[in-house]
Amino acid sequence: MNIGLNEYLFVSGLLFAIGFFGVLLRRNTLVIYMCMELMLNAVNLALVAFSRYNQTMDGNIFVFFIITVAAAEVAVGLAIIVALYRKRRSVEVDDLNALSH
Amino acid sequence: MQDFFFYLFSALTVLSALLVVVNPNAVNGAMYMILSFIGMAVLFLLLDAFFLAVLQVLVYAGAVMVLFLFIIMLLDVERASKVRPKALSTAAALVGFGLLVVGLGYLFLGGGSVTPAELSAAPEIPMQDGGTNPMEFATASRSFGYGLFTKYMLPFQVTGFLLLIAMMGVIVLSKRLGPSGQEEPTTEAVK
Repeated sequence: MNIGLNEYLFVSGLLFAIGFFGVLLRRNTLVIYMCMELMLNAVNLALVAFSRYNQTMDGNIFVFFIITVAAAEVAVGLAIIVALYRKRRSVEVDDLNALSH
Repeated sequence: MQDFFFYLFSALTVLSALLVVVNPNAVNGAMYMILSFIGMAVLFLLLDAFFLAVLQVLVYAGAVMVLFLFIIMLLDVERASKVRPKALSTAAALVGFGLLVVGLGYLFLGGGSVTPAELSAAPEIPMQDGGTNPMEFATASRSFGYGLFTKYMLPFQVTGFLLLIAMMGVIVLSKRLGPSGQEEPTTEAVK
């Protein structure tokens, strides 16, 4: 069986589903953040696969931008998590419920 | 051979991604995350995106995960992560995951897929000047440079500016809040 676009898209979708599962399941803010990175990476894989099978460079350049923005996003997000930890002494989402009621 | 590598490394990527989710220890989760990113880099190699594969290993498996590990160890959240997830949220997560996977299987494996012949028969993307596409897929990183400095010049510069803003944001966030020399409010005071 030859590997085509569909197989790559299936792997990408599976990774996205796993990341989604992790975001819903886990209570630790840091692990939730890692799962979000996983979802971002799944989208990257889909973009590269589309770019390869469409014979254009645009998808690859999008992934280049996504990687850059994700690096900046991780730096800011982790700084926010550290600031939260300094205030509340916890990174569990169940303890960070000041906005829920 | 390429098929074998695809199956091997997509299995590695997916399995280590699952281990990130189910592992109760955040440090082990981060290690599996690095493994997953490396598997993803090999998938990029199989898709002829050599530059992105190198970038993936350098930026994601290198810089981003080192930052994650640093913060996980700094905050020392080991004791806190012993909290078991609620049964209701576990059930909701499983249902959501199952629905996504079923939908995916139906879309990609359950027939109705696009065959390679149909893909190649798809109409060409019209060119603005009628010439050949300068953004034709190429493995050389030179084609990245061409795209970044012609069609995507504005996004490229905005991204540079975004990095500057992110740097300033991290500096502001890491500064102690409140007047200098004064202790920040404790958890009890906030509550």
